[in-house]
Amino acid sequence: MTVDAATTILGIETSCDETAASVVVGGHLVRSSVVSSQVDIHARFGGVVPEIASRAHVDLLTPVIAEALVEAGVDGPDLQAVAATVGPGLVGALLVGVSTAKALALVWGVPFVAVNHLEAHLYAALVEDPSLELPLVVLLVSGGHTMLVHMEDHGRYRLLGSTIDDAAGEAFDKVGRFLGLGYPGGPAIDRISMEGDPTSIAFPRAMYHEGLDFSFSGLKTAVVNHVRKHPEAATADVAASFQEAVVDVLVAKARRAAQQVGAKGLVLGGGVAANSLLRERFLSACVEDGIHGFLPSRSMCTDNAAMVAAAAWWTLEANGGSPLDTGADPNLRLPLLAD
Amino acid sequence: MLILGLESATAQVGCAIGGHEGVLASSHSARGKRHAENLTPAIEFTCRQARVDLAEISCVAVDNGPGLFTGLRVGVASGKAIAQALRVPMITVSSLDLLAFPLRYTDRRIATVIDARRGEVFWALYRQSPGGVQRLSEPTVGSPDDLAADLLAQPGETLLAGDGAIRYADRFRDRADVEVAGGDHAYPSACSLVELAHARALREDWVRPQEVELLYLRRPDAEINWSVREGA
Ligand SMILES: [Zn+2]
Repeated sequence: MTVDAATTILGIETSCDETAASVVVGGHLVRSSVVSSQVDIHARFGGVVPEIASRAHVDLLTPVIAEALVEAGVDGPDLQAVAATVGPGLVGALLVGVSTAKALALVWGVPFVAVNHLEAHLYAALVEDPSLELPLVVLLVSGGHTMLVHMEDHGRYRLLGSTIDDAAGEAFDKVGRFLGLGYPGGPAIDRISMEGDPTSIAFPRAMYHEGLDFSFSGLKTAVVNHVRKHPEAATADVAASFQEAVVDVLVAKARRAAQQVGAKGLVLGGGVAANSLLRERFLSACVEDGIHGFLPSRSMCTDNAAMVAAAAWWTLEANGGSPLDTGADPNLRLPLLAD
Repeated sequence: MLILGLESATAQVGCAIGGHEGVLASSHSARGKRHAENLTPAIEFTCRQARVDLAEISCVAVDNGPGLFTGLRVGVASGKAIAQALRVPMITVSSLDLLAFPLRYTDRRIATVIDARRGEVFWALYRQSPGGVQRLSEPTVGSPDDLAADLLAQPGETLLAGDGAIRYADRFRDRADVEVAGGDHAYPSACSLVELAHARALREDWVRPQEVELLYLRRPDAEINWSVREGA
């Protein structure tokens, strides 16, 4: 089949706690992007409960797809492919989206496209700014991942650095919970930090001067120890100082990575990319270094199906559709170039 | 009227197509919990064997449980997607009803029993009725010993069927009034699903895809722990 600017793809995303569907034309024209977040369902458990997420996906996906199709003004015969995230993620949750997408593809007689969730995050920026030129360096920061990826070309990725322990988003959630700010921790810390003094506590910046890898578990321990030793410390000051330390490291390593590979563009992606301080520091660093920095909108940074449909367009062009006996792979990795 | 039946509540995954003339084609496999991998190709294969185009399907029937949660969701999600895309209604039938249906010719009481893992089983009791079986009790989850006690409380001979009955057959070995049906009655069949759904479709006894409810019979662990902690 020919894949061109008119190729219309329905994308489905159910890898964690967002049930999402989107119609994207030509790899970047978003005709609809519907996201039904389960955050409220999981909040009282202090984290995503896999079985509850899977049950919610089954109930929510049918209306979410219907809404995405209606909003885009398209129906089965207008689509050229149906794509779904096949991993990484929660296996039971992934299977709801994969089964749905394969069944729709079968009924409509179009290819099914299996999409890697991490690859979808890399494509989020290209959906919003098709003028972005490769190669790019992407800083992908979420609850499950913290990585610096050199996107040399479509489908050609090199891992420049990643976390050796906790993901950045995980650190936000753990510290948020410890400080009694509830779940999810990211938005809560972002909010309360506005009232705190980020210079009040000098938390460690692990591995700041070494390479491009990250480590956040020591920082979380430092926060816990500090609060135990100084119970009088204002929560806003602790949160702001913690956030400052995380953002410092993320931005410093992203700059270093861009410099190291001589990238023209630096892009932010993943749920943590919604953090206000990170967005601000990231952009000013790019201006200072004279490279094209791009911040996708907050809704494109967090999990959504538009990025899935966009990544599927490139996958379909490069490799065609995926077999109908495709399953989910909870531990799927980003396909990397060998050194 | 053609019905597509999808069944994936146990270790088996099945698909059948049928209507007024009975079942036209079916496919079943029970190897290595590959529900998501096997179901879509099975639908494609069954359509080809029946020489039916999916566009000709006028109702999608699914097994809505109880059973293995992930397997169940693969069948229900696929069925809902097909019904949504074809704009046709759905029919849900319990896995326990499906297991009882092929045993409708016995005048003994029937207990269908599905392995619920973690040392528990899902079960329900049935009795022969004109043209089929009638359910005597609501689907329940409990230990095999709970089931044995349930049977002991009611006199009369019982025929047990299902992978749960086979797995815990030793619990009933010393009971002269209980017999465990063989391996060909281990799993619910997509053929029974199409037959039972056909009778209901004639009465227009169906639901819309967004109204389909799964019979989990067990709350997620996190919710149970939560209500214990809250004293609810
Ligand atoms: Zn994500």
